[in-house]
Amino acid sequence: MPARKRTSLALSNKQLLRLYEDMSMLRAFDEKVSERCIRGEIPGLIHLGVGEEAVAVGVNAALQPQDKMVSTHRAHSHFLARGADPKAFMAELYGKATGCCGGKAGSMHLADPEIGFLAANGVVGGGLPLAVGAALGQRILKGDWVTLCFFGDGANNNGAFHESLNLAAVWELPVVFLCENNGYGISQSIHKQQRVANVADRAPAYGIPAEIIDGNDVLEVYETVRRAVDKARSGGGPILIEAKTYRTTGHYVGDSESYRSKGEVAKWQAKDPIVRFEKVLRRKKLLSTALKVEIEARITALVEEATDFAMQSPAPDPAAALTHVYCEGGA
Amino acid sequence: MHEISYQQAIIEAMVEEMRRDEAVVLMGEDVGTFGGLTGTTVGIIEEFGDTRVLEMPISECGFVGASVGAALKGVRPIVELGLADVSLVAMDQLVNSAAKMNYFHDGVASASAVYRLWSGFRPSGGAQMSQSNEAMFAHVPGLKVVMPSTPRDVKGLLKAAIRDDNPVIFFEPKGCYALLGEVPEDDEVIPLGQAQVKCSGADVSVIATGVMVGKALTVAKKLAAEGIEVEVVDPRTLRPLDTETLVASACKTGRVVLAQEASQFCGYCAEIAALLADQAFDSLKAPIKRVGGAETPVPLSPRMEPLVVPGEAAIEAAIHSVLG
Ligand SMILES: Cc1ncc(C[n+]2csc(CCOP(=O)(O)OP(=O)(O)O)c2C)c(N)n1
Ligand SMILES: [Mg+2]
Repeated sequence: MPARKRTSLALSNKQLLRLYEDMSMLRAFDEKVSERCIRGEIPGLIHLGVGEEAVAVGVNAALQPQDKMVSTHRAHSHFLARGADPKAFMAELYGKATGCCGGKAGSMHLADPEIGFLAANGVVGGGLPLAVGAALGQRILKGDWVTLCFFGDGANNNGAFHESLNLAAVWELPVVFLCENNGYGISQSIHKQQRVANVADRAPAYGIPAEIIDGNDVLEVYETVRRAVDKARSGGGPILIEAKTYRTTGHYVGDSESYRSKGEVAKWQAKDPIVRFEKVLRRKKLLSTALKVEIEARITALVEEATDFAMQSPAPDPAAALTHVYCEGGA
Repeated sequence: MHEISYQQAIIEAMVEEMRRDEAVVLMGEDVGTFGGLTGTTVGIIEEFGDTRVLEMPISECGFVGASVGAALKGVRPIVELGLADVSLVAMDQLVNSAAKMNYFHDGVASASAVYRLWSGFRPSGGAQMSQSNEAMFAHVPGLKVVMPSTPRDVKGLLKAAIRDDNPVIFFEPKGCYALLGEVPEDDEVIPLGQAQVKCSGADVSVIATGVMVGKALTVAKKLAAEGIEVEVVDPRTLRPLDTETLVASACKTGRVVLAQEASQFCGYCAEIAALLADQAFDSLKAPIKRVGGAETPVPLSPRMEPLVVPGEAAIEAAIHSVLG
């Protein structure tokens, strides 16, 4: 592979700092969610994106506003990176009336068409066919969006994955399949669940090109996805990108993590995407300690504001539970 | 007798059956040292090893189909599917393969396997992790469907399900998992297809499934103090249904409330209502009332739960309504 030019697809200094700030925001937000979940304020099953922030942020930086995103049960980082309002998002996690989905959806079923976030999915692999459909919609309706579909390594053993790749390939659809390979599906190591070493190894069987990248390097994520998205937008068809990463917290808040060693976690913590990118920015003299403090203060304020908003928001009218099972539109 | 939880009773049943019969194997995701998403496979791989505890990738349609093939060759799989919602990914193999093998073989071979589904509501589980979809399976000829409500029942019925030569869809309501109860030390096998009168009474019958059984018993206790005698009947096996016990109770009291956790439309209780309309019509003194979940997906917000998840108040109101 030729040496990657770090300055390719040139991001401005401001944009580079934005990547850093976005990743830091995702981290701070999820750490707050974790704290409030443990306290019992946030109900339900919560999957955090801690350690995987570079994927979500790098991906979103490569997308245009009109592009669509489909997500998984581990959706927080995707949703925030895509531009979700932290207040409405936090309120949704709290199950409040002011939540972005009225308190009905919660962590695993997030959706917001205004930011092109089609669906998160509690059923592993369930999002892949939806993404293919959103891309098919672009074709039929002559739109200009590209669809980006997140999925986990665990999902690549589900039929939905294989059928989706084939459909996208046969129809040459503008969809980017983005695997967040964090090495595990709950407790199960990927290496025990499949013979091929990489999820990307599947793609050629469907006639889809694939790339494997360091998912903890935000610039590598950005550049790779940017090229893929640009290609898809110009009619180049689907692509699969496998981002190798790791969740440094449990599968869900409260996970015993009995299936992995502390040493393994520590090894990945040493590759923390935010710390790594901070070094890059410092080397470029873009990030001073003073600026870092300023950014952290801004993020803390945003997260606190979101949490206060969620806490103080009213619970939904219980009767709202019965609304919108069906839509009103149509003939 | 010893007192254990519903969850522990499931583990005991599986371990005892795996000791009894080498053909019994456990298949599913995260069922190894992790102990299962449901916490019901704890300690099993340690005793039986990975030739009898088979950890599956996230390939539900594939491994459920494989369990059917293995069963045809004499293996007796216990398939832990985890969330009942997720079982739908494998619906094709359950309905089009497992359910029909005995019929296709004209009785000379069948797919003896148990599919364990962790079903129903848990606080803020979300719409794709809270469904109670027993009626979908009970609709299918060739499948047996069980939904135990107590530790003793779950142990005895799971043993029977494992020994049964048919595919059995075994519903384990999440709301029952923490229940404690007395379970016999000996090898009690509770035959499939036998309902149980959980408490007898003369005024009204509440026929309830899964978590609703416990709720009905609480209401029965409360109303006893007011002089109303409530009989609570648990079908335990949804298919084949013990119609005799249900009809006898309806004929005895003449007033019937049916309670299920699932949303009502086309739900399991509709089948019981039809049965009683047919076989207990002359004894009924009031219309049959149903209690069940709202006609919506299950929302996340805790505030919305009471409107969507049927509770004791709904059972009590229905009892008063049939008593007139
Ligand atoms: C079809 C299906 N099977 C099983 C589950 C239970 N489950 C929830 S998350 C998960 C692991 C998913 O692993 P992966 O796709 O790698 O995503 P990660 O959690 O690692 O981000 C499993 C098995 C589910 N939700 N859906
Ligand atoms: Mg994973």
